Amino acid sequence: MDRMVFVAMNGAKQVMTQQAINNNNLANINTTGFRADMSVSVAAETTADSPETRLFSINKSMGVSSRPGDVYTTGRALDVAINDNGYIAVQDEEGGEAYTRNGEMVIGPGGLLQTAGGYSVLGEGGPIAIPPHEQLEIGKDGTISIKAPGQNALIQLDRIKLVSLEDGTVSKTDNGLLKSSAEAVVDGQVTVTGGALESSNVNSVEALVNMISLARQYEIQIKLMKAAEENETASTQMLTMR
Amino acid sequence: MNSALWAAKTGLDAQQTRMAVISNNLANVNTTGFKRDRALFEDLMYQTVRHPGTNTAQDSVLPSGLSVGTGVRVVATQKLHTAGGLQITENPLDLAVQGRGFFEIQMPDGTTAYTRDGSFQINGDGTMVNSSGYTLQPSISIPPDSEQVTIGRDGTISTMIAGATTTSVIGNLTVTDFVNPSGLRPLGGNLFAETAASGAAQSGTPGLNGAGHLIQGSVETSNVNIVEELVSMIETQRAYEINSKAISTTDSMLQFANNNL
Repeated sequence: MDRMVFVAMNGAKQVMTQQAINNNNLANINTTGFRADMSVSVAAETTADSPETRLFSINKSMGVSSRPGDVYTTGRALDVAINDNGYIAVQDEEGGEAYTRNGEMVIGPGGLLQTAGGYSVLGEGGPIAIPPHEQLEIGKDGTISIKAPGQNALIQLDRIKLVSLEDGTVSKTDNGLLKSSAEAVVDGQVTVTGGALESSNVNSVEALVNMISLARQYEIQIKLMKAAEENETASTQMLTMR
Repeated sequence: MNSALWAAKTGLDAQQTRMAVISNNLANVNTTGFKRDRALFEDLMYQTVRHPGTNTAQDSVLPSGLSVGTGVRVVATQKLHTAGGLQITENPLDLAVQGRGFFEIQMPDGTTAYTRDGSFQINGDGTMVNSSGYTLQPSISIPPDSEQVTIGRDGTISTMIAGATTTSVIGNLTVTDFVNPSGLRPLGGNLFAETAASGAAQSGTPGLNGAGHLIQGSVETSNVNIVEELVSMIETQRAYEINSKAISTTDSMLQFANNNL
């Protein structure tokens, strides 16, 4: 039996998955520090003895887009936007290290500096505890200085662990944090801008065009399935005429 | 059913919540001591379809896997405790905190709440209360025959009794500070309650140890920036439209399959 219908079905399924990835990007168009997911389709040959027309497609993740998002100012002391290819190191659920571009930090229970999602931000020696303070400043290199109540001078508290990750090595964990397949190194070149945040790096126009293109590709796959069905019907009819 | 549809649906939900936050900010643009909110977004869980590192043959592994995101959610709304403007009212019982700190208010149920709204009044007993009639802590009684009430930068309240030649101190106001004011829970009525995230209340003399000092005859206006909220509103509306477009496109894909197969 001809396998054309299966190839087309597989194509439609893969396109739908890509549409899901694209829709997720669109849903996160206002998520601070969000990095767009990228995926590609690659051809996978079937191992069976069939003509070379039977190439299935497989979706593969290409990691995340490293295009910088737009930076907008908020004026809030605990907001930082990261410049270039830097990332903030945070502690994930298992106590390991993960990375984020979301510089929207809050002081959580126990005075720990956390991301909005509740992951502790790492400093030079683990999570950073913020004592009572009158004023807090985050410097260009991630140094946190505070002015303790009743004191006149700012004192250095800790420095946010800023790392640079090479393009193409960054992928997402199941909880939306970033990790790298290569070793993350603390990079003195990474700078942050205080009182500002980085918007999502999803390009809405590009994602919308991609959405339309995927919808049309899906329709082509369905048409192919239809054509396969018509072929089968035609051959069945030919046999019944005899 | 279809993760493409659901991801876009979460986008609509999140934008709707953000719109509610923006509307609330705009509604409170003239509320004394109001602190604006911000909706914080976070991407939802990712579903791993194929793990990176899976063996494709005995000696080769997949260099990258495939994870499909499931959308977005509003993880928190955050109060931004930046300072509002000062509005001079010339009313002797209007107070503004210049800097950090809150006024302490005794709630009718005996609990304590905190506020930046310093438009105080006197009730029938001569006690200083907020606009809802809840007592300011520490409790201050203004003598009935007071001619003039003066509140100093450090919270000292003095009055001139009718017929007297000198003023007399009748009490001292305090302000209460928190390590993390954003962690306070808003109660409505311009009031906040202490939580584990805000840290313990630290009461102190205004102007000392980092606490803000008091300004008599002024109130703090809302810190909502109308232009910023309007820009956010446009952004939210467009994001909502994009997500609704994503739903209709996914829907038409499924419809096409239904009609043609």
